Amino acid sequence: MTGRDTILSKIRRANASRQDDSGRRATVAERLAAHPTGIVPGRAKLEGEERVALFTEKAESVFASVVRVASDAEVPKAVADYLRSKNLPQAVRRGEDPRLAALPFDSEPQLTVAVGPSDGTDLVGLSHALAGIAETGTVALASGRDNPTTLNFLPEHHLVVVRCDEMVGDYESVWARVRSIWGEGRMPRALNMITGPSRSGDIEQTMLLGAHGPRSLHLIVVG
Amino acid sequence: MKVTTPAFKEKATEAMRDPILQKALGNVERGFVAKRKKGAASLPEFEELRDAARDLKIHVLKHLDLYLEAYERKVIASGGKVHWAESAEDARRIVTDICKRLGAKTVTKGKSMITEEIALNDHLEAEGIRPVETDLGEYIIQLRGEHPSHIIAPAVHLTKEQVASDFRRVHDHLAPDRDLTEPTTLLSEARTVLRREFQVADVGITGANFLIAETGTSVIVTNEGNGDLTQTLPKAHVVLASIEKIVPTLEDVDTLMRVLARSATGQEMSVYTTFSTGPRRSDDPDGPGEYHVVLLDNGRSSMLGTEFEDMLRCIRCGACMNHCPVYQQIGGHAYGWVYPGPMGSVLTPTLVGIEKTGHLPNASTLCGRCESVCPMRIPLPRMMRAWRAREWEKALNPGTQRFGLKLWAFLAKRPALYRLAARAGRWGLGWLAGGRGRIARLPLGGGWTRHRDMPAPQGATFMDRWAAGERPSRPTPSQTEAQS
Repeated sequence: MTGRDTILSKIRRANASRQDDSGRRATVAERLAAHPTGIVPGRAKLEGEERVALFTEKAESVFASVVRVASDAEVPKAVADYLRSKNLPQAVRRGEDPRLAALPFDSEPQLTVAVGPSDGTDLVGLSHALAGIAETGTVALASGRDNPTTLNFLPEHHLVVVRCDEMVGDYESVWARVRSIWGEGRMPRALNMITGPSRSGDIEQTMLLGAHGPRSLHLIVVG
Repeated sequence: MKVTTPAFKEKATEAMRDPILQKALGNVERGFVAKRKKGAASLPEFEELRDAARDLKIHVLKHLDLYLEAYERKVIASGGKVHWAESAEDARRIVTDICKRLGAKTVTKGKSMITEEIALNDHLEAEGIRPVETDLGEYIIQLRGEHPSHIIAPAVHLTKEQVASDFRRVHDHLAPDRDLTEPTTLLSEARTVLRREFQVADVGITGANFLIAETGTSVIVTNEGNGDLTQTLPKAHVVLASIEKIVPTLEDVDTLMRVLARSATGQEMSVYTTFSTGPRRSDDPDGPGEYHVVLLDNGRSSMLGTEFEDMLRCIRCGACMNHCPVYQQIGGHAYGWVYPGPMGSVLTPTLVGIEKTGHLPNASTLCGRCESVCPMRIPLPRMMRAWRAREWEKALNPGTQRFGLKLWAFLAKRPALYRLAARAGRWGLGWLAGGRGRIARLPLGGGWTRHRDMPAPQGATFMDRWAAGERPSRPTPSQTEAQS
């Protein structure tokens, strides 16, 4: 008997499962297909400006910085302003996301924008979020050519563009979007939910920012 | 990992006499307890979510075989490979084989208690493969050749001065007289040193907080981002997870995420919650070339259908140990194996055997704080009592203890005799106190009076006072408030 069969038969014996387990199979198949929603916190039901305000409040409470701009056209300036405020070189790296590619970076002539995954030498990464989640001030990012995962973790600073019309209240709404893009029961290779810059409390329980991931997370909210 | 639980009493005594450890443990009580309180208060639906989380895991355990099968199908469909490991030995062999096939020299590791359980590092080293722990706490204890003393804060037993001296000893390529007084400097130094390891690692090993049957996804929850670098950069990502980590759907993960971090560190959400599904895809510019999941049983399936089944609901938040008055005094190492605190006192006897670990379920006052904060509402005190009963049935406790319990049982079954004995006891203790109201030395009770006085009984026995018509007065509202 293989390890697989042994483990499964031990579980079946312990649970006293009968030979005919069509009822159990139906229960499991139904739950997987219906993926029922559990308890969603009341605050995740806020809408419109209240939702954006909650997102901002929650993100700032975990030491992310948030800036709001009216339109795509203003994003390059927001990026350049951030780099200046941190005394960083005017250089970022982004993925192939068409929404980032379409940004009018010419408006910031000093800013150089490299494209592709990070090899660990970039100071600043720029990504586009799949969604912002107001409940906890979290951004969701999907892997792939558009927004390579390495940009989320290797640079010292991570800048993320979040659109107001892609802001959701709860995690559940992210899953609805994931299913609409990748299909039922499918996921991108990596889906990163990021809530603030990296930190560690491993030395004497003192929370310190800037562990292995970015030391700072800057969210540019558009719309 | 060697089981040192038989020496629990000696180790606990040592721990209480260690001033550096006591200083470090102060951080548990001051830090974690207040943070969890704040985390729980941050969400009005928290208690309701705990109920939902408990019910969810009860459902999963009833259908565990079917969810595991569904999960396996999805992992395969996304290009990953599933390995089933009945024992620690199987799991070690599977992981080593993957590493050897890829010619791995360096393996980075995200924090994983399962790899501690199967003593993976020792095994990899014996095979000439260098494991590098990348979680800051795990990295520190690896440098010291120690084991974690806490499931989410492995180095909670250390002070920053100890960490500084270890960094000075091991990072000998840096200036020996550099200033390491600030924890931020220590963190930056570890970041720089470990960046190099991430870049050269051939295989990355992580645990999993959850495995999702709906999509074949593994989930890790971290604050540092080390787990993500571990699994994104190397040729292969190996996930080591025990079979009970399965949850049905993405929505079910939401329920557990909402209680996990709040119970653990008091955060509303940990910094990085990462959902990984299969290896690098054709249009992926990064990510691991291979994706393996090792499903470990190692005794868990035999807990199903027993009085210890509820333990399989555990999501490893650490709240039980943070709130345990025993853990707060002795720290994690005294428990003598991988899992300390109340969850360890239930789990360790299951995985290692009660014969070696009988001290653990007894290392509890059964005060119930663990159960009251457990996000999954696991009845830990009930299960510690169940282990005590098993220990009794197997006649594993010492003769004097068994004699005492038998004597008590004999009296308890004979009310008239019990009352007489209680009266005699009250009289005897009163005599020993000799009007001072406390007893400095008690025959047969040296274990108590060596460290503190025993208070003398006040007035007659409860039964005598009840018989005499005495009744408790109703507490006034202000008293009730003071108690709560």
